[in-house]
Amino acid sequence: MTNPTALVRKPYTPKEAVERLRHGDLGAWPVAGALIVIAIVFGSLNEHFLSSENLTNLALQMAATGTISLGIIMVLLLGEIDLSAGSVSGLCAVVMAILSERLHWNPLLAILAALVAGALVGLLHGLMFTRIRMPSFVVTLAGLIGWQGLLLYLLGSGGIINLPFDGFVAKLSDTWLPAWAAWTLTAGLVAVYAASGVISRRRRVAAELPVTAMWWLSARVGGLAVVLAGAVLVMSADRGVPLLLVIFGTLVVVFDLILRHTTFGRWMYAVGGNVEAARRAGINVTRIRVLAFVLSSVLAAFGGILSASRLSAVNQGSGGSDILLMAIAAAVIGGTSLFGGRGRTYAALLGILVIQSITNGMFLLSVDSSVRYMVTAAVLALAVAIDSLARRGNAT
Amino acid sequence: MISARDISKRYGAVQALEGVSLDLAPGEVVALVGDNGAGKSTLVKIISGAVSPDSGGLFIDGEPVHVGNPHDAQRLGISTVYQDLALCENLDVVANLFLGSERRRLSFLNHIQMERSARDLLTSLDVRIRDIRVPVAMLSGGQRQSVAIARALIGEPRLVILDEPTAALGVEQTAQVLDLIRRLRERGLAVLLISHNLADVRAVSDRVVVLRLGRNAGEFRTADASQEAIVAAITGAAA
Repeated sequence: MTNPTALVRKPYTPKEAVERLRHGDLGAWPVAGALIVIAIVFGSLNEHFLSSENLTNLALQMAATGTISLGIIMVLLLGEIDLSAGSVSGLCAVVMAILSERLHWNPLLAILAALVAGALVGLLHGLMFTRIRMPSFVVTLAGLIGWQGLLLYLLGSGGIINLPFDGFVAKLSDTWLPAWAAWTLTAGLVAVYAASGVISRRRRVAAELPVTAMWWLSARVGGLAVVLAGAVLVMSADRGVPLLLVIFGTLVVVFDLILRHTTFGRWMYAVGGNVEAARRAGINVTRIRVLAFVLSSVLAAFGGILSASRLSAVNQGSGGSDILLMAIAAAVIGGTSLFGGRGRTYAALLGILVIQSITNGMFLLSVDSSVRYMVTAAVLALAVAIDSLARRGNAT
Repeated sequence: MISARDISKRYGAVQALEGVSLDLAPGEVVALVGDNGAGKSTLVKIISGAVSPDSGGLFIDGEPVHVGNPHDAQRLGISTVYQDLALCENLDVVANLFLGSERRRLSFLNHIQMERSARDLLTSLDVRIRDIRVPVAMLSGGQRQSVAIARALIGEPRLVILDEPTAALGVEQTAQVLDLIRRLRERGLAVLLISHNLADVRAVSDRVVVLRLGRNAGEFRTADASQEAIVAAITGAAA
């Protein structure tokens, strides 16, 4: 220890820990616990569940819905909802497919155009919400139906556009990181995380601010290293780390950094926590709200493209069925509050991991989809119940 | 010295204020009292820029100034703490203190600089909060009020307006907030305190200004005035 007089933040006393729990400050622990339970239950019921092949499939399945879920978190943080994310994801995937396959655009350009289309959709939602003051529930419910309609109209009578298997878009979900790349990436992430922790700790000591104990910092770095190395080890035993997972993970990390370290992020939380306070503090609430809806739709569009890549096609069912509900459920299960102002982007990652594991595990056990729906619903209800109780704890 | 002179304001058929004047000097706590509907809120809204007067205006050191909106008022060094606090309960103390005026490089928050300033400010005000990185939702009512008042000081104002700062607080927490108001005075700030609680007013203010039916109805040096005299001015019994 270079500075013996450094103020070390004391760990919480049991009483304070209980107080934090009562306020719903549970962090990621319930989800982590749920994942362990899921792993034990399905792992013991079916030996294939924890195989590296299945876990790699799981990683591949998560990315598209997880990205949509990430967008949902942006509006949930404001205490609003986006019911149109599924339809928008389908619509934008169709836009991308039409541009690249029927009009033979460069695939990258087609993806970019689809993202811009998503941004415009989000802008429209945001303006209807802020200017006309329609409830976000209604705006996006109209979007849910309307954009689905536009998707069907654009697809026309054919109803399906196949993407070539060796094309750029389809390749996205069939690209695997070679072992050396995966390990370099892992080492890099852990190193950057450790370095940022140490640098920030030094700067805090220099500013005479309390710092977290060194052992806790080391434990966190070690924990990250173990989790990442474990994941790489498992997936490398199969086909390798899927590029799709890297893309999704990058989005989660980048948006987390934006939310926690920029004024935009701070203002998102402020608007979600107390609109009136944010307005009085001089924050342009309208701009934050519109931006949140734009982000939600752009991320939905990107999720739709990833989904199309997995399927190597877009069809009338793109972005339909239970994608939207899965995305919302994932955000809430991961710990994002439906009441706004609370949650981190990692909720998308953890939540979709829970939902996808349950879905995947039940498929392996050949459980009927009726049971699958009911179990997923129970998990969602439990997550919302925790959220609601936490809010009630806050109010008292 | 910030002065409001000959302020009149009419809402439809209601004459809310009629020729009201008020002087606020640095290092002085002025209590504004009056019955419901006496025009206290309207006067405060005019000084803090939320409402424009029909006639009369604000003067800073004798110079007339234009206050068209709350932003103008803040720029002139007039800071208001509203009764409903306007804190974001999900954000921590540091984030609330700097909300809307974050220290940043480009768009990136300078967490360390903000936390350092927040600690210095709270220490100088003798506000004790064990961990300023916890959400405001976990603080007591008195601590929240203290955070709200401390937040008014971020822009280095010359006048702080406090709207019923002790209304929702218990005895001990009220004492904390009154101490805090005394420290604002020690810092050389002008303080305008709106309160229904005459005990608090007498405990902390230097001067009491009474409004009644939209007019000045009396002004007392707190040290010399009896509670009866102030009550009489508020109710109009003396007239």
